[in-house]
Amino acid sequence: MSGHASPSLLLNDEQRMLAKTAHEFIQEHASAGRLRTFRDTKDEFGFSRDLWNDMAELGWLGLQIPEEYDGLGLGFFDLCIVLEESGRELMPEPFVSTLLLGTQALLLGGTEAQKKELLPGIAAGEKVVSLAYEEAGCRDDLWDVETVARRSGDFFHLTGTKNQVLDGHVADHIIVLAATSGTPAPTVRSTLFLVDPNQPGVTITRQHRIDGHGAAIVQLDNATVSTDAIVGELDGGRRLMRSILERAGIGLAAQMLGGSEQAFADTLEYLKEREQFGVPIGSFQALQHRAVALYTEIALLRSVVLAAARAIDERPEDVPRLASLAKALASESFLQVAKEAIQMHGGIGVTDEHDIGFYIKRAQATYMTFGEPSQHRRRWAELHGY
Amino acid sequence: MSELDTFREEAHAWIRENAPKSLWGTSGSGPFEGYWGGSKCDESDPDVLKWRDLGIEKGWVAPSWPKDYGGGGLTLAHEQIIHDEMKAIGVPWPIAGQGLAMFGPVLLKYGNDEQRAEHLPKIARGEVRWCQGYSEPNAGSDLANLQLKAERDGDEFVLNGQKVWTSHADLSDWIYCLTRTDSNAPKKQMGISVILADLNTPGITVRRIDLISGYSPFCETFFDNARVPVENLVGKLHEGWTIAKAILGHERSSIGQSIARQPGSAQREVVARARKHLGVAGGPIPDPLLRDEVASLGMLEEAFHLTLARIQQSAAECGTSGPEGSISKLVGAELKQKRFELGMKVAGTGGLGWEGPGFDEDDIQYTRDWLRSRASTIEGGSSEIQKNIVSKRVLGLPEGKK
Repeated sequence: MSGHASPSLLLNDEQRMLAKTAHEFIQEHASAGRLRTFRDTKDEFGFSRDLWNDMAELGWLGLQIPEEYDGLGLGFFDLCIVLEESGRELMPEPFVSTLLLGTQALLLGGTEAQKKELLPGIAAGEKVVSLAYEEAGCRDDLWDVETVARRSGDFFHLTGTKNQVLDGHVADHIIVLAATSGTPAPTVRSTLFLVDPNQPGVTITRQHRIDGHGAAIVQLDNATVSTDAIVGELDGGRRLMRSILERAGIGLAAQMLGGSEQAFADTLEYLKEREQFGVPIGSFQALQHRAVALYTEIALLRSVVLAAARAIDERPEDVPRLASLAKALASESFLQVAKEAIQMHGGIGVTDEHDIGFYIKRAQATYMTFGEPSQHRRRWAELHGY
Repeated sequence: MSELDTFREEAHAWIRENAPKSLWGTSGSGPFEGYWGGSKCDESDPDVLKWRDLGIEKGWVAPSWPKDYGGGGLTLAHEQIIHDEMKAIGVPWPIAGQGLAMFGPVLLKYGNDEQRAEHLPKIARGEVRWCQGYSEPNAGSDLANLQLKAERDGDEFVLNGQKVWTSHADLSDWIYCLTRTDSNAPKKQMGISVILADLNTPGITVRRIDLISGYSPFCETFFDNARVPVENLVGKLHEGWTIAKAILGHERSSIGQSIARQPGSAQREVVARARKHLGVAGGPIPDPLLRDEVASLGMLEEAFHLTLARIQQSAAECGTSGPEGSISKLVGAELKQKRFELGMKVAGTGGLGWEGPGFDEDDIQYTRDWLRSRASTIEGGSSEIQKNIVSKRVLGLPEGKK
């Protein structure tokens, strides 16, 4: 940042227009209350396929996908504008799995054939692509994978269990992280493989989480893929995963920014409407100062998310630092806003009837996804040499 | 390449060519750091004086003021670039202080031609140093309760009363005061006027106030039948509250800017102190909890700098800093306190020295700066007052009983 111009943290005219369109569309069609309906009706998908297709037609799913693969060829920054708006209403459509994990994995490591096969389908809203990396025992060290890919000739046989694979219950393709050499830890080397969930040896079990966003257990029992299924380089999974998770963390932080903004906006409105002791409760200084504290946190978060998103398009050297900064701040702020939002809503805030409770559930889920704040602070310290 | 990009290259080159090497890395390059000038200034460092003179000659002391008043005739965007480039190598502004950062911009907007011609060039040349007469013993957070009386008597105002927290009044030449010109006004915000006074005026006396840090940047200033000409009224009689708020706006953004220093400097400073006091030359800070706290500070610092950048970009594009401008002082003050708190924490008992043997000079200075930092959430409008303002003006929450 020093000595040369700071990255632009403002939206240009087209981006402002995109933000406005996305805002209006989502406010009209995708309120957070849908999460209750999907849950109570035990919806097959847990999200709206129709809405996903509508957004594909609007061009949002292919914003960042290059034109040669039927996308719009814009930047990650543009994608984050839509993500922020989707986050405002906690949309359970497969943004994170498909646009962040799947698409980024393909863009960063996919072969030409893989990209040709999958990216147009993603942009068209036809394909859900997820990435399975998390395992029961790898909370602190992502690289300590127990899923193994044994090689025989041109084939790999995958065995192991992945937990909470985002949108795994509806995924058309799942990219799986598996150990390919050097087991056991700590010298393990891993690789990403493109797996068809319908192939023999793969069992999918849907999971239900507090935030209502889809997830599944993916069990692999000698599921066989060829070398063509490798995403990135053989034994190069660690480096590729790191880049994917940096991008996914920034994109998720954009959604979390949106969630924080909406929970705060709803709370602010409530403070102005709700009367006790004959006056709006927003006239009480004890609440006013807490509201300002939240406003301040969100303003800081906004700057950080914009800078991190911009870095992916323009300043790759800044991405690792800013990714950790954005995800750490987004985690702390979103959860704090969600907690305060409930407190300021009082009794109604803890009822299932009111939508504000969905925000704390999503905040807790996103806090734990793609690295907790303490892990990102540790990474930040390493990157700064202490 | 845009005109501003070209200008940035020019500023980059000129500052690096001309700023004396001894000043590099010595300053946070904020509006209150460095040479303040004035008739009582005894600065003797030839490099400081040389840098002052080069700045005056180039017109970059007050880059955005009109040339007629000693400025550079540039836009605020140009001024920001100049200050960014000075900050990039840690050299102070050629001249700093309240006249430049706070009083000047307000006089430009609210003063008349005679007042501008009289006072601004002297500020831009560092000849006259200004201080601010705002708070009073019974007008702190409740500033509009001020009582310094200014009564018209012929061609003069007669001033009676007291100001407090008049920073550096002992080193200043002039003071701009909020005065009570109508004590029967229906609201306390009415009947206030801005009046300028030469501190050499008979009847004005200044006394220094020692702080917990052992230093005394602040003073009390007493007015006992001090007579100043009516020409010293700025703006309209009884309508000074608007000007007062404008000056406070400049003060808050200046404090935000001056706290900012170089991006990453707070983190570097605390890491260096941790290394020194924990005896580890390199590698990770051994206590993971402490390391986590340092990283939290570093992240807050970066978020603050990015937010300042966003505010400045927004101001350059739309002419207004937007609602976020109101939080820069709030966050900046909090960051400053956290930085010193953590710097003290990593020093352990090494940070307990007041003076004398067994303590490092640098550590003693740091400890005193830590004590001084407690004022950052009080001066220029306490954090609580800032929150009231944001609550009302930005969030639109209803006013209640305080």
